[in-house]
Amino acid sequence: MGMRVDHHVVLDVRDKRKTVTILVDGKPVEAREGEPLLSALLAAGIKINRYTRRFHEPRGLFCAIGQCTDCAMVVNGQPNVRTCIVPAQDGMVVETQDGLTRKETNL
Amino acid sequence: MILEKDVVVIGAGPAGLAASIEAAKAGAGVLLVDLNLKAGGQLFKQIHKFFGSRAHYSGTRGYDIGRKLVREAESLKVDVWLQSTAVGVFPGNKVGIERILDGGVKKLYTVHGKAVIIATGASENAVCFKGWTRPGVMGAGAAQTMVNVNHVRPGKKIVMLGSGNVGLIVSYQLMQAGCDVLALVEAAPKIGGYAVHAAKISRAGVPIITSHTIVEALGDEKGTVRGAVIAKVDSHFQPISGTERTIECDTIAIAAGLRPVVDLTRLMNCASVFEPVFGGFIPLHNTDMETSVKGIYVAGDSTGVEEASVAMEEGRIAGTAAAQSLGYLSAAEAGKTKKLLWERVNSLRSGPFGERRLTAEKNLLEHFREEIREPQPEIMIGGLAHGAD
Ligand SMILES: Cc1cc2nc3c(=O)[nH]c(=O)nc-3n(C[C@H](O)[C@H](O)[C@H](O)COP(=O)(O)OP(=O)(O)OC[C@H]3O[C@@H](n4cnc5c(N)ncnc54)[C@H](O)[C@@H]3O)c2cc1C
Ligand code: FES
Repeated sequence: MGMRVDHHVVLDVRDKRKTVTILVDGKPVEAREGEPLLSALLAAGIKINRYTRRFHEPRGLFCAIGQCTDCAMVVNGQPNVRTCIVPAQDGMVVETQDGLTRKETNL
Repeated sequence: MILEKDVVVIGAGPAGLAASIEAAKAGAGVLLVDLNLKAGGQLFKQIHKFFGSRAHYSGTRGYDIGRKLVREAESLKVDVWLQSTAVGVFPGNKVGIERILDGGVKKLYTVHGKAVIIATGASENAVCFKGWTRPGVMGAGAAQTMVNVNHVRPGKKIVMLGSGNVGLIVSYQLMQAGCDVLALVEAAPKIGGYAVHAAKISRAGVPIITSHTIVEALGDEKGTVRGAVIAKVDSHFQPISGTERTIECDTIAIAAGLRPVVDLTRLMNCASVFEPVFGGFIPLHNTDMETSVKGIYVAGDSTGVEEASVAMEEGRIAGTAAAQSLGYLSAAEAGKTKKLLWERVNSLRSGPFGERRLTAEKNLLEHFREEIREPQPEIMIGGLAHGAD
């Protein structure tokens, strides 16, 4: 996939965590158990997390620390979940958010 | 149900961790909350050797300092709640906390702290060029978190805006993680950060384009970034038309400084001032790090953007003062510790930037002594909370 950092001069990037599967807009995506959902999405090349309510403009990662809400998605049916601070668990159902609900066209 | 704690500390960065450690060491029961998945705040993304001025930390990597503080807090039985956002502080020192439990379920708690220490850090400034909200435009700190903490590249081809230390350090770290940094764009006529960091960037062959800014983030059919339009600026930092050119990239990282996160002190009506040297609006505090509202303390970047080393010392002062106010330390004991800590903070504020901060801090402390004198209890008037200012 190419976006994961698999070697590094300073950091030990070997990952001992279990690989799990999450469902993103109905498609299976691999994640490392416990990593922020947003990292799994970026690793899979997914950059759009939600569309704004009025103008339906795309939004994605901006702060990565739970401050800006640009990465919010519908997770297990619950909208407005900041994916940069919620850990991935096997079987999680993640959907692109449009306004305050999931984006219908993705289904 | 309202939970009771001696001290509630909000934010588990270096300031909040140090505050918790000092208060717990003195015997106080401490609850430390942080909205993130990990404790350590900014430290966890700092993989470079610190430019700290204190002998015992400079040369250590930020994340090692973070780990050490977390271990110490744990060994002192500090209660740490992660994924827990303080959503408000209300009269009577009640802290509203939204905690995410296993499985993503949110639960609200109210915790009464006899003392509350606010150490919520800083957030990144945005630069609002055309298209700045597109996916692919992000804070430099966000890009740093992705590569250093989560080990995922935020993009392949990156343009960095801003050549202060954050812009320089993060550019280098993005390269270490295998990203292509195509250029650093800086509006000022010269590089903002330390020469050592800039040299690493230049050695790697990355151009630092001064007197330029980004005027637009171009988007592809989906709306995500496909390029950055840059332009030369005049002496008033206004783009000069006709000088535009496009750099093809998938990511634009913005390193335009940080500003203190002050939502909670604002909710409490803590007396605040605007101080550009410290990054914007900040709550005033006395030499105990106590705000104009009795029992509410501040520490770290949330009371002025500086360095981790300063944040830790300020946290220690706040933790010591809070423990003293609850009777865990005598005035004599606490006084001695605080004096030592203030000497350390002041010695950290050296060099041209440091001296400006030293002067600003002196003025702010004086302002507090003259205008506020003593922190006052928060009072309720017609259902609205009013502070002492
Ligand atoms: C690229 C870069 C390089 C740096 N290099 C150095 C260096 O070499 N030397 C040095 O001394 N300093 C360095 N710093 C600065 C240093 O990291 C910061 O000054 C320091 O981390 C500030 O500490 P803090 O505890 O005040 O805030 P932070 O570390 O920002 O911690 C604040 C914490 O509060 C939490 N929080 C915020 N709001 C809430 C809320 N409502 N509820 C619950 N939790 C909340 C956040 O999640 C966060 O964990 C660097 C910074 C950057 C960005
Ligand atoms: S990226 Fe800002 S809240 Fe997640």
